[in-house]
Amino acid sequence: MKRHQRNYILGGAPLACFLGAALIGRFWTPFNPMRIDLRSKLQPPGAAHWLGTDEFGRDLLSRLMAAAGTSVSISLTTVFFALLAGLTLGVIAGYARGWTDRVVMSLNDALLAFPSMLLALALLSITGANMYGIILALGMAYTPSMVRVVRGSVLSLREREFIDASRIMGNSAAYTMLRHILPNCLGPVIVLATSMFGSVLLTESALSFLGLGVPPPAPTWGNMLASARPHIAEAMWLGIFPGLCISLSLLGINLFGDAIRDRFDPRMRGL
Amino acid sequence: MLKFAFTRLLSAIPTLFIVSVAVFGLIRLIPGDPASLMLGDLADADALAAARKAMGLDRPVPVQFAIWLGDVVQGDLGRSVLNGQPVLDLVLHRFATSAQMVLIAVGLSVLVAVPLGMAAAWRQNGGLDLAIVSMSTLLLSVPTFWLGLMILLVFGLKLGWLPVLGYVSIADNPVAGLIYLVMPVLTLVLHEVGIIVRMARASTLDVLRLDYITHARAKGMSESAVLLHHAARNAFGPTWTLIGLILGNLLGGVAVVETVFTIPGLGRLIVDSIYARDYVVVQGCLLFVALTYLLVNLVVDLLYPLFDPRVTAE
Amino acid sequence: MNQPLVEVDRLSLSVRGLSDHQIVRDVSFRVDAGEIVGIVGESGSGKTMVARSLMNLQPPAISISGGDVRFEGRSVPAMTGKQVRALRGARLGMVFQEPMTSLNPSMTIGRQLEEPLKLHARLDAPRRRERILDILRRVDIRDPEAAFRAFPHQFSGGMRQRIMLASAMLLKPSLLIADEPTTALDALVQREVLELMLEMVRDEKTALLMISHDLPMVARYCDRIIVMRQGEVVEQGPVAEIISRPRHDYTRELLQSMPMRGPLRIIDQAASAVVEVKGLEVEYRTKAGLLAPKTIKKALHGIDLCIRSGEIVALVGASGSGKTTLGRCIAGLVPASSGGIFFAGKVVKPGSPAWHHYRLNCQMIFQDPFGSLDPRMKIREIVVEALRHDRQAGRVEKAERVRAVLEEVGLDGRYLDRYPHELSGGQRQRVAIARAVVGRPQFVIADEAVSALDVTVRTKVLQLLADLQRRHGFSCLFISHDLSVVEQLADRVVVMRDGVIVEEGKRDAIFVAPQHEYTRALLSAIPTLTRTDTGVSLSWRFAQADGALAEALQ
Repeated sequence: MKRHQRNYILGGAPLACFLGAALIGRFWTPFNPMRIDLRSKLQPPGAAHWLGTDEFGRDLLSRLMAAAGTSVSISLTTVFFALLAGLTLGVIAGYARGWTDRVVMSLNDALLAFPSMLLALALLSITGANMYGIILALGMAYTPSMVRVVRGSVLSLREREFIDASRIMGNSAAYTMLRHILPNCLGPVIVLATSMFGSVLLTESALSFLGLGVPPPAPTWGNMLASARPHIAEAMWLGIFPGLCISLSLLGINLFGDAIRDRFDPRMRGL
Repeated sequence: MLKFAFTRLLSAIPTLFIVSVAVFGLIRLIPGDPASLMLGDLADADALAAARKAMGLDRPVPVQFAIWLGDVVQGDLGRSVLNGQPVLDLVLHRFATSAQMVLIAVGLSVLVAVPLGMAAAWRQNGGLDLAIVSMSTLLLSVPTFWLGLMILLVFGLKLGWLPVLGYVSIADNPVAGLIYLVMPVLTLVLHEVGIIVRMARASTLDVLRLDYITHARAKGMSESAVLLHHAARNAFGPTWTLIGLILGNLLGGVAVVETVFTIPGLGRLIVDSIYARDYVVVQGCLLFVALTYLLVNLVVDLLYPLFDPRVTAE
Repeated sequence: MNQPLVEVDRLSLSVRGLSDHQIVRDVSFRVDAGEIVGIVGESGSGKTMVARSLMNLQPPAISISGGDVRFEGRSVPAMTGKQVRALRGARLGMVFQEPMTSLNPSMTIGRQLEEPLKLHARLDAPRRRERILDILRRVDIRDPEAAFRAFPHQFSGGMRQRIMLASAMLLKPSLLIADEPTTALDALVQREVLELMLEMVRDEKTALLMISHDLPMVARYCDRIIVMRQGEVVEQGPVAEIISRPRHDYTRELLQSMPMRGPLRIIDQAASAVVEVKGLEVEYRTKAGLLAPKTIKKALHGIDLCIRSGEIVALVGASGSGKTTLGRCIAGLVPASSGGIFFAGKVVKPGSPAWHHYRLNCQMIFQDPFGSLDPRMKIREIVVEALRHDRQAGRVEKAERVRAVLEEVGLDGRYLDRYPHELSGGQRQRVAIARAVVGRPQFVIADEAVSALDVTVRTKVLQLLADLQRRHGFSCLFISHDLSVVEQLADRVVVMRDGVIVEEGKRDAIFVAPQHEYTRALLSAIPTLTRTDTGVSLSWRFAQADGALAEALQ
């Protein structure tokens, strides 16, 4: 079996579990993830509560499933946002060149001069820490790297002879861009989008962990970890399971992303 | 070489300018009036008007920007709303804390990761390669805040080897300071190793394919000499750039790791200031972080010709 | 018979772990001391792998699955790593194809040349340096002292290949292996480097094993030829015998593929010009940097050129001569800074009403068959796109025309729904030709259209181009650095150098009696072929034109 086929499977399995849990969690969870039941607080994993309960007696598994849904929606929407904005700006900058390019890229470089986590933090103070605010902030924080990749591949595609061939056939710039350039830069874009999905998920969790993400009591893996911290000595499971969820999802996404990259970019094959 | 350095320096100026506009603009975009943010919600109208005048908010925005930029250039980043401390002092003090941790961590990561990455590339598709690549993918996938928590759980709480709470600066007490740094540095190292190994491996693979490697072998050089004298230096270029990016990113504060280990670093300062709506500090931090990032990458670029003399010829 | 220097005995190479996937099968040959032997083959023939296995330097994924390689009677694969390394660089030297990647970019020339001396000779630093300066002088590097401290990127391709040669010959090896040593170089530089190499191996009585796809070049310099194809040796023997009396079909095919002068065609000199350019100039501006002032470099200096109806005009010159720029400028891909392009007597400019009409009538075939087809489109889509601006034809008619034109270039209906990566280089170039002619243009520009193809494929594609031209009667500007290809196809030849036309005339006039020294030097690099009953005979033009060569290179 080739390495990237193996990676598809190795990465696909946890990724499918993660997406499946998120989907199921939308409709059904073993318990109500928000229901406080102080009588059964801090119970270790057992028959009633498979993964135990937290300091308010809420069922951990239910909360993890609900959190998966929140993370998936935020990450997917953010990546979609960055994808649309990045493709539009990147293609325009790369194809028009000249002043348009210079203006777009100067702004872009300036945004890239902030670590994306920090940029998201700063933007969050403008947009506010709710679901839409987070998506907007993360989207804007991640757009610059997408713009950079799209522009780069547009610039290198422009030099290819089939683009000259399109001009020779009498095609307009707009047609050439849509018919020849755009489809050909999808490869690197999909590769980046996959890894971006993982990195948005990570940043979202980190923001929640810092208390700047989706506000409690709505569960996210990050804020579950943050609230577990004071209890970690006596209730280890509270600290272990949310982190395990994040790690396994990220591992799945990373392996899957490697497989996709191997398909599109044979140069990096076997990594 | 000089010309290369000079051009690179000049090219940073527009970015610097846009960064400062962005930082300035960001604070203006936060809902609410800066003066009322500063005085709090309970201030009366007269005090507000006085504050607005004092802050120059009644003047046109470009003028406000010019005044602000002028202050910044003179090293005046304003004062914290919360405790009246000069922002620059606050930022520098916190930065020192974050920086010692990050520099040690990145340094150690490079020492571990680069040889591992090269070894993996050298034995591409072998057992060693598989082991190293799997390990790096795994490390990459574990978020630092959880990794930190687990390290804390194991070494701090279960084994009790290391102190769980509090922080001692290396400057005050070198031995105790180092002990407090062990867990956060370990957390950071494990994560960054995952990232750097992949890059070191990929760029070594790229180099090992080239003819000059075969040429070196055709001269009768041993494998280790080929790897050390011909592959290592050329393969290090892309990794060096990545190290710059990582360093630039981390020097901006590692808020999550600082939170896990209760370290009063720059990242924690930003988060706390956002909580406290102390936007003058947030602004100062952002500007400082962006400048650090640009500076680190500038230095990295200027040193790049050490690994590849071709770049100066551009 | 005395012991051969190198003896390859039923050598087989296969992909590691897949012993039935053989890359080289049962290859046997020998090289005697001081002998000059050539291995000829097309891409994929395994010639490079054989050469590398002589030093046990095949890529890690390839292993020796059978047979043996003996150097002075000792089996190379059986040696320990240390024993092989003692041979490499000392007794066996190697020159690589790609001068851009065969020297370490981050190490000075001096240090790179010092390595073999440190490993194999007991010399102190000053004497090592002396040795290196000597050999740099020997390969005609100007200012060896400066070169010693310089980095590879500071040298041109030809100079780097000389440095490679110096590195390989430093310890006077018994065998020099040269893998396509001059393929990446311009024709004139090619010959210089080759002759220097020959001179050096003869002086040192070093045996030379030259690997090349270029049969005439090998025939010119070697004593013996080994012909390889798909991992096997099909024929070997003395040069004269192989080329005049080939025994194997493949060798015959190779020789038949050698471009020969095509038939003379009468072009009506009074015929109207299809495309004409007058006083064409192209400038490249380097952007004004922060320190560097804006500079303007002229790539073309006032070119006048006329292509008549039904005529094939060849544009030749070394790289940097401006021939490609001229072609791209006529095609409208590069803007002219002054001068004009006339189509059917009327001036055309980008944006003018006549431009679109010209655009559709001036098509182009590019050099790289891997880059000129959109990888995400099917062959059908690629060709039909060229008819996009044809308003009269309907969908069905267009599909029919695509099918017909592909048939015409030798690709049947099976290829319609394939993607470019599923096709070979030759097939891709056929698609590119189909795309260029499907709209029945009056004028086609072929920019190095066959340079990237293997010899046997090249001839077939050239033949196709000639047939299509005869059938459809379009005019053609054929841009090439390879004069032997030009000789086969062109009616008229235009020679360019440094952005200026230095000579222009009917093909036979140019090839028989060139007026300009530069043309003469270019021609001296290619053989004249005559077919004999069984094979071919090669002779060389202006072999004495060395003075001219040196001058032309200045």
